[in-house]
Amino acid sequence: MNGLAGRGQERFAPRSKLRYGKGRAARALFLLATFVGILTLVVLLVDVLTQGVPHLSWNFVNSFSSRFAERAGIKAALFGSLWVLVLTAVISFPLGVATAIWLEEYAPRSWVTKTIQMNIANLAAVPSIVYGILGLAVFVRWFEMGQSVIAGALTLTLLILPVMIIAGQEAIRSVPNSIRLASYALGATRWQTVRRQVLPMAMPGILTGTILALSRAVGETAPLIMIGAVAYVPFVPDGPFDQFTVLPIQIFTWISRPQPEFHDIAAAGIIVLLVVLLSFNLIAILLRNRFAKRS
Amino acid sequence: MTATQTIAAPVAPVVETRDLSVFYGDVEAVKSVSIAIDANKVVAFIGPSGCGKSTLLRCFNRMNDLVPGARVEGAVSFRGTNLYAPDVDPIEVRRRIGMVFQKPNPFPKSIYENVAFGPRINGYRGDMDELVERSLRQAALWDEVSDRLNLSALSLSGGQQQRLCIARALSIEPEVLLMDEPTSALDPIATQKIEDLIYELKQDYTIVIVTHNMQQAARVSDETAFLYMGNLIESGATDQIFTNPAEERTEAYITGRFG
Repeated sequence: MNGLAGRGQERFAPRSKLRYGKGRAARALFLLATFVGILTLVVLLVDVLTQGVPHLSWNFVNSFSSRFAERAGIKAALFGSLWVLVLTAVISFPLGVATAIWLEEYAPRSWVTKTIQMNIANLAAVPSIVYGILGLAVFVRWFEMGQSVIAGALTLTLLILPVMIIAGQEAIRSVPNSIRLASYALGATRWQTVRRQVLPMAMPGILTGTILALSRAVGETAPLIMIGAVAYVPFVPDGPFDQFTVLPIQIFTWISRPQPEFHDIAAAGIIVLLVVLLSFNLIAILLRNRFAKRS
Repeated sequence: MTATQTIAAPVAPVVETRDLSVFYGDVEAVKSVSIAIDANKVVAFIGPSGCGKSTLLRCFNRMNDLVPGARVEGAVSFRGTNLYAPDVDPIEVRRRIGMVFQKPNPFPKSIYENVAFGPRINGYRGDMDELVERSLRQAALWDEVSDRLNLSALSLSGGQQQRLCIARALSIEPEVLLMDEPTSALDPIATQKIEDLIYELKQDYTIVIVTHNMQQAARVSDETAFLYMGNLIESGATDQIFTNPAEERTEAYITGRFG
C-alpha cells in the first residue's frame, strides 16, 4: 500500500487507476470536441479568405451587381442587409422583451399561459421557409407591402421572435427572487420592480439572446427568397418600402453561376457578410458589458 | 387556541390580527391566530420550522399576496384599518410596514442607491443625501460606509449587507419593522450588532421578529409568541414565557425538549 496509511485503506481504493483514467479520458474528449468546431471554422475561414481577399476592394463594396464578374459589386446587398437587420432589430427587440416580461412577471400560472409557452417553443422549431410563406401571404399580399424591406424585416421578426422570447425569459428567470421581494417590500409597484431591478439585471442575458437571434436573421436566405427579395437590384433601398436584396441571396446567386470568377467574388461577399455580423455582435457585446458593469 | 390573547398594554395595539388563517392550496399554515402587537415593543415569534411564524409575519405587510396559491382569511388591522379590506392597496401597506429578510438581499447597485431606491419609487420629495445618511446612521452603518457610498453593496460583508437592508427598510419611514430571521445567515459578532440595533430601533419603531434562536428571542424581545403547527399556543411578556410558561408545549419547546 502506498500513499497515506491509516484506517480503512484496505477497504477503499482512492488511487484506483480506473478513476484517474476516466478523468483524463473525459478531459481529452471535451478538448477534442472543442477542436472539431475550431478546426472547421479555421478551414472555412482560410478557404474563404484565400479565395475572396484578392477581390475585396472599395470598388467591390461600392458597386452594384453586374453581368461581368470583374465589375460586380455588393453595394445593393450590403445596404439591403443593413436595412433588414436594423429594422428587424428595432421591431423584434421590444416585442420579444415585452412578451418575455409578460410571461415571466405578469402572466398568471394558468393553462392559457402554459399553452402560449408551449406554442412559442414549437414555433422556434418551425423551418424558416414556412415563415417565408407566411410573410408572402400576410405582409407581401394581404397588407400589400410588396417585395419590400419592411416585408422582409417583418418576416424575419416572426422567425426570430420565439428564440428572443425564450432567451429573454431565461434571462428574467435568472434574476433571484429575493431581489423582487426586496423591491416589493419597499412598496414598489410591479412595473417599478420590473423596470428598475429585474430588467437591468436581466439585460446582459437578453442582449446575448438578441445577438444570437439577429445573427441568425442576417444569415437567412430561404424566407427572403419566398417573399421575393430579388437577386439583381441595381440600387440601394431609400426607405422601408423599396425593393431589396440581402447578402446571403447575392452570395447564393453568384455561387450558382457557372463562371469561376463569380465564385471568387462570392467568397468576397461572404467576407463582407462576416464583417457585418462581427461588427454587429461587437456592438451588442459592448452594450452588454455596459449593463453587466452597472449591476 | 383561538381565543384572543391580548398582550397587556395601556394603548391600542399597532397591529392586531383577528382569527387570521393562511392557506397554501389546501394546507392551512396559520390557523385562526389572534394576536395584538403594541407600539415600540419588540415582539418575537418563536416555534419549530414550519410552525407558520414566517407566514404569519408576511401577513402584516401582505407579502403573502405574492405567493401563488396563498389565501388569507380573517383580518389584520393596522391602526384600526383592516389591511385585507378590498380598498386597501398592498403597495401603500408596504410603505408603512417595512421588512427585512432572512438572507441579506441588497440590490446589485451602490450602497447609496440601495437606500435611495425606496424613497425614490415612493415619490420622496425631500433631500435624498440627508435621508440616505440618516437611514444609514439609524442602521449603525454610516461610520463604516460614509466614504464609499458609491461602491457596490455586494462589496460589503454579510453583516454590513444586512444592516444596509435595515437602512433600506427604514428609508421610507415605516412604523413597523418586520424581521424574518434577520441573523440566521450571520456570524455571532454580526448578530450581536443587529441585536444591539434592534434595541435602539424600538424607541422609534414597533418590531416583529421571527427567530429560530430562543436565546435571541429572550435577549431582544419584550413579548414572545409561541406558535406550533399553525396555532398560536401562547403569547405574553418574554420574561414570563421563558420562566413560567402557562402551556406544557411552550415549556417543552423553550427547554429544548423538541423543535
